[in-house]
Amino acid sequence: MITLRGVTKRFGARAVLKGVDLDVARGEVLCLIGGSGSGKSTILRCINGLERHDAGTIHVDGTLVDDAGLPAIRRRVAMVFQRFNLFPHRTVLENVFEAPVHVHHEPLAQARARAIDLLARVDMADHADSLPGALSGGQQQRVGIARALALRPDAILFDEPTSALDPERVGEVLRVMRELAEEGMTMLIVTHEIDFARGVADKVAFVDQGVIAEQGKADDILTHPKAARTAQFLARVLHRG
Amino acid sequence: MNDFLGDAHAFLPILLRGLGVTLELTVCALSLSLALGVVWVVMGRARFAPWRWLSRGVITVVRGIPIIVQLFFIYFVLPDWGLDLPPFAAGVIGLGLAYSVYQAENLRGGIGAVDRGLIEAGEALGMNRFTLWRRVILPLGMRHALPSIGNTMVMLLKDTSIASTITIAELTREGQLLAISTFHNGSVYALIALLYLAASLPLSGLVRVLERKGRLA
Repeated sequence: MITLRGVTKRFGARAVLKGVDLDVARGEVLCLIGGSGSGKSTILRCINGLERHDAGTIHVDGTLVDDAGLPAIRRRVAMVFQRFNLFPHRTVLENVFEAPVHVHHEPLAQARARAIDLLARVDMADHADSLPGALSGGQQQRVGIARALALRPDAILFDEPTSALDPERVGEVLRVMRELAEEGMTMLIVTHEIDFARGVADKVAFVDQGVIAEQGKADDILTHPKAARTAQFLARVLHRG
Repeated sequence: MNDFLGDAHAFLPILLRGLGVTLELTVCALSLSLALGVVWVVMGRARFAPWRWLSRGVITVVRGIPIIVQLFFIYFVLPDWGLDLPPFAAGVIGLGLAYSVYQAENLRGGIGAVDRGLIEAGEALGMNRFTLWRRVILPLGMRHALPSIGNTMVMLLKDTSIASTITIAELTREGQLLAISTFHNGSVYALIALLYLAASLPLSGLVRVLERKGRLA
């Protein structure tokens, strides 16, 4: 469903992506792991055009990611951000129906009713009228997921969704993501949560220095990595505590 | 002191009428300055370079010419070119244009303070540039710019006195006419000063209320 072929991206003199090939099938959960600065977030950001890649091709369901294709792609592919990026001047409920009403021009009453359902689904219905600034990080991120779901996306990109959270708030967000995975949502997740990747991901790709160094079944990569640098990385993150 | 009270009693009805015109002028010029300010800022961030040059040019030129000269141009020179505006309209346009460049600078600063991640969130939700400006960039930029916009509002209120020079019967002009005809300069100008001060205080209060209402938590 999402296909990257030979994708490159430079920021000035620094080559961040040096030829990335990646496939995400419909209904698949793929976790991108790797050190900071390896380029894994940039891969996500190229898929929905927040960054424009320099060379190579990205297709989503056959639609090429370029100026002409982006509006259709952003309708089908939602994103959840590390720092939540909820609109601080709108209530939780307004954040969730923002895109349906103001981008896709759904009738307000209908979009509102659906937003309330989505908030219930992430267990945030009680906070519908709060402003994001009044919520904990975990609560904000669950609203972020509801806002992504409001697009009725075919796939969701998660950019380190738990990295900005207090440790005791990580579980509530991962639980929502696990439910989505079980319902068959296509998910591409940049994460440092190795246990989550092991438990939920169908596939794992290890990103290093701008290329996919190794990819395959989650268990294979995480338990029996073939590449030495994958093994080194896993040893570092798994034994940090 | 009794003289002053007597003068106040006699002059206030006229001066209050002038104050009414001053406030109308302030509200109209303020609205125009904000609307034009938004235009300069949006143009200044356009992808098409000539729009950016035009925005930069307008701001440089308008900021560099005294307001009184701009008003004279609009009121005395434009009629030669076939555009004959009534004094009030000329005053609103002149003050609105002159102040739009300050509002543009206020807004530019406010917009620069908008979290880049929120703009990306809007883009990721599929917003086009117009929707992004309307729903995210302007409402948030406006909040950040509010303290400086409030300051500019008070300056504009006082600078409407310049419109007295193009025959608009606002507070300063009504006062001048009274002073000339009665020679009670002291009472008249003291009353004018007090009225401007009295009008500026609620403006500062209004800004504080707006800031509180726009608080984001």
